[in-house]
Amino acid sequence: MNFSEVFKQSNQLCKVSPDGKYLATCVQYRLVVRDVETLQILQLYTCLDQISHMDWSSDSLFILCAMYKRGLVQVWSLEQPDWHCKIDEGSIGLVSSRWSPDGRHILNTTEFHLRVTVWSLCTKAVSYIKYPKACQKGIDFSRDGCYMALAERRDCKDFVSVFVCDDWHLLRHFETETQDLAGLEWSPNGCVLAVWDSCLEYKVLLYSLDGRLLSTYSAYEWSLGVKSVTWSPSSQFLAIGSYDEKVRILNHITWKKITQFEHPATINNTKAVVYKEVVKRPAVCSDDLSLHNITIGNTLFNTQSKYEICPTPVQLPVVKPDPDRANPKIGVSTLAFSSDSRYLATKNDNMASVVWVWDVQKMSLVAVLEQTTAVRCFQWDPRRPRLALCTGNTKLYLWSPAGCVSVQVPTEGGFQVQSLNWHCSGDSLILLGKEQLCLCYMDNDQEDK
Amino acid sequence: MGEWWTTVPIGTSMGNYEISSISHVTMSPSRQNNLVSSLPLSRSSYNVISAFCTEDNMPQCISYINQELDSLGLCSTRIEASSPGGATINTVPALNAMYEIMTIHRRNMCNLEELEKDQLKTSSNLDHIQMNNSRLKDQLELSIREKSGLHETERQLQLKIKTLQSCLKTEKDEVQKLQSIIASRASQYSHDAKRKERETAKLKERLSQLLVDRKDKKLAMDVLNSLGRSDGKRSHWKTTKTTASHEGEMYKSLLNDYEVSQRSLMLENAELKKVLQQMKKEMIHILSPRPTRDDSLDQAESDGEEKVGDSSRETLDQSCEQAREQLTNSIRQQWRKLRNHMEKLDSQASKVQNQMESNKEVAQRETHEDEMERMRREVQQCKEFIHAQQQLLQQQLHTSFDDETAALLNDCYTLEEKERLKEEWRLFEEQKRNFERERKNFTDAAIRLGREKKAFEEDRASWLKNQFLNMTPFTDRRRCSSSDGQSALSIRSEPEMRMSSTKSPPAKSLNHAAFSTPKPTQSATVPSTTELYRTLRLIPDGSSSRHSKQGCWPESSTIEDGDFRVKSNRIRCGDLSIFSLGGDENSLT
Repeated sequence: MNFSEVFKQSNQLCKVSPDGKYLATCVQYRLVVRDVETLQILQLYTCLDQISHMDWSSDSLFILCAMYKRGLVQVWSLEQPDWHCKIDEGSIGLVSSRWSPDGRHILNTTEFHLRVTVWSLCTKAVSYIKYPKACQKGIDFSRDGCYMALAERRDCKDFVSVFVCDDWHLLRHFETETQDLAGLEWSPNGCVLAVWDSCLEYKVLLYSLDGRLLSTYSAYEWSLGVKSVTWSPSSQFLAIGSYDEKVRILNHITWKKITQFEHPATINNTKAVVYKEVVKRPAVCSDDLSLHNITIGNTLFNTQSKYEICPTPVQLPVVKPDPDRANPKIGVSTLAFSSDSRYLATKNDNMASVVWVWDVQKMSLVAVLEQTTAVRCFQWDPRRPRLALCTGNTKLYLWSPAGCVSVQVPTEGGFQVQSLNWHCSGDSLILLGKEQLCLCYMDNDQEDK
Repeated sequence: MGEWWTTVPIGTSMGNYEISSISHVTMSPSRQNNLVSSLPLSRSSYNVISAFCTEDNMPQCISYINQELDSLGLCSTRIEASSPGGATINTVPALNAMYEIMTIHRRNMCNLEELEKDQLKTSSNLDHIQMNNSRLKDQLELSIREKSGLHETERQLQLKIKTLQSCLKTEKDEVQKLQSIIASRASQYSHDAKRKERETAKLKERLSQLLVDRKDKKLAMDVLNSLGRSDGKRSHWKTTKTTASHEGEMYKSLLNDYEVSQRSLMLENAELKKVLQQMKKEMIHILSPRPTRDDSLDQAESDGEEKVGDSSRETLDQSCEQAREQLTNSIRQQWRKLRNHMEKLDSQASKVQNQMESNKEVAQRETHEDEMERMRREVQQCKEFIHAQQQLLQQQLHTSFDDETAALLNDCYTLEEKERLKEEWRLFEEQKRNFERERKNFTDAAIRLGREKKAFEEDRASWLKNQFLNMTPFTDRRRCSSSDGQSALSIRSEPEMRMSSTKSPPAKSLNHAAFSTPKPTQSATVPSTTELYRTLRLIPDGSSSRHSKQGCWPESSTIEDGDFRVKSNRIRCGDLSIFSLGGDENSLT
């Protein structure tokens, strides 16, 4: 495992182009585009203000920089550096800006969710979509980029509009059976739209592309409901994380629950491996490092933490949420399927330092990673069943079915990993600190271990 | 009288007595005038009697007594005056009467005693009962008190229940109230939320209207030059045609998805069907070898099923509903049958196990013996088989002996065998020589021993003869003779050593020697020879059986025959020769 030198960035704005060739970072009001291989600066653009959002177009040719405070969006071309585009939303304000899947339109959501403005870079045309709903996830594009689903609120009722992204033709518009729609998400094959209600009611609705209600799922009533929803990449499973600290998996044929994964404070499952991060062990014990603990860091970078396998039963640290406060820190908030749909990683908010990895084939718990501090972010390798996570300290943690590694990021000045992103090839990781970033290159032989 | 007693409170027996006498008085008022006389009767009867009868009133007395006797029911005996008006009475009836009266009196006394006893008993009983009564009264009081206490607690509890019920009621009311409050609040809230939402919507509308009206100059896009579409096509006008095409495309994609899912389902189905088919086949396979046990009906059924299975297999690809049904049905039937079979087997197994457990040991021993017997028989059979093979081989060899190659091979083997035999012969010769020498030694030793014995006897006779005279001159001589005997023995042990070094004294030859030795030693005395026997016999016992066998080879008269046999067996291959040797061994043993 190798690490690049550290670069500056701000607002954690750093993205690799979809084709994996370029790395765009924002430093205050500047946009820097580098070659991923050499890390040499290819382009440098200067925006009008501090950039609050940045995104690549799907064809990796354009970069969008949004300055929400000023209601401005600037678009830069990689091929034509002197080409420029500036979109001013004016006094109506701007809260969100995104590319359409074709990379030729920009969708801006105005303040108060008054409307969504669609700007065409081809025709300079402007279209408005009224009544967008302000919610967890109100807009979703299908994976093939053909359709866009938009949650709307009219007359105190929830609606979903399905647009054809090609020419923003309204394909379907239907009312949903929700009290207060919280989010929607297309299945990866683009044929089923999952819609879920706000946390006050456990309700997940599945709509076909043509607006037919396929199924309704509700696990329980009265208590707080859905917290997160994720499709498996194969579209076979829909995982629903909820406030009752459980993940329920629905199948794609009957839309009934196949199984549910519980997140108990005591792990009795003998088949699951519990990795516990142990910090600052005396050097004497480094001899009996388990096989799963890679000792690279120990020899090169003086690792201070390692994983130990705990024999079950294991008691996990639990923080009891304050019942008087809104949005209690309990329940499964983060769900992620591995790229091969084989594994599911989850995080239960009242056990913030624990990541759970489930085997979807066996429908059982595979591993539990107990960190010393709260997990900030985890992401699956886009190519392999390999999970990277960070906890806001100077270490990077990796899990694969073969084992678990803790790696110290070898930089001066205490580079604290706040967030991470995989390169689309799965060969490198972008580690984001508070104001810095660093690339981590995976050894190809390591995954064979 | 008894009733009267019960009402009377506790009193002494004396008192009772008095009362009884009083009652007597009341009962028989006719004797009232006798009250004075009857009472003190027990104390001083004489005075009273004297007072009762005087010479003057004799007849009256007699008549009175007679009356009394009558009243007592003693009519038979009447006291009569011996002479009318005389002072004397007829004694016999008087005595009889007296006797009667005495018996009555005694009886009465007895009765009285009994009654007194009874009374005592009853009084004690009464005491006991009274005590019991008092105790029970106490208990009763206690239980009554308890009861009242319980009543009290019950009342309290009931009160509590009542209060709790009222509490519950109030709580329920509260809950209902709260629920209604919550509901009303929720409705209020939702209403407010809706109102607010509407307001915001209105505001938004107004805001956007205002923004549109104001013609926000800032709201603009500044593009250097517009881009081409990502797919390189030019944009189209929105027409009904495009909407139709969008619809079509949507349905196409939906259809595609359904097709994909259907295909995958079909695949899965086919896979499952295959599994079912295989299962069925295997089940049929499992079930087919035991149709004899089942009734014919069952078999017919299975036959039918087989046909059904075939047909279903044929129609599998069509995935026709009927075929599927048939398949599942047949599988189900087969499965049922298999299950029944398994259950039967299970029960059988358990039965067998039970039996096993009951006569486990016996069975084990029996089976063991049986096994042994079987194995013995098998060994015998194998031996016979091998023998037969050998014979056959020999015959075959006899017939094909004139074959040149066979002869050549035969020659080779014979040469080898001859050499081996020669060696053995040499060995045998040596042994024979050794043996001869040994025998000679033995006979010599025996003769010598005999002689010495004889000398010793003579010596002893002479010594005994001279003992009477003088002992001193004979002691030296005797010592000399004993030392001689020892030396003779040591000489004899020498050839033994030699024999052991030459390593193969044949058993048969030894026996022969043993037979031959008595001849020369017949003259000698018996104990020495037996001694020698023993010492010599130790050696052949220690030698290995192989040596003895080797010794046997030349000894046997069928040297030629055995030689030939071995030769002939060696012709074909080494393995055969080994077998044949084994056979020889068996035949020898």
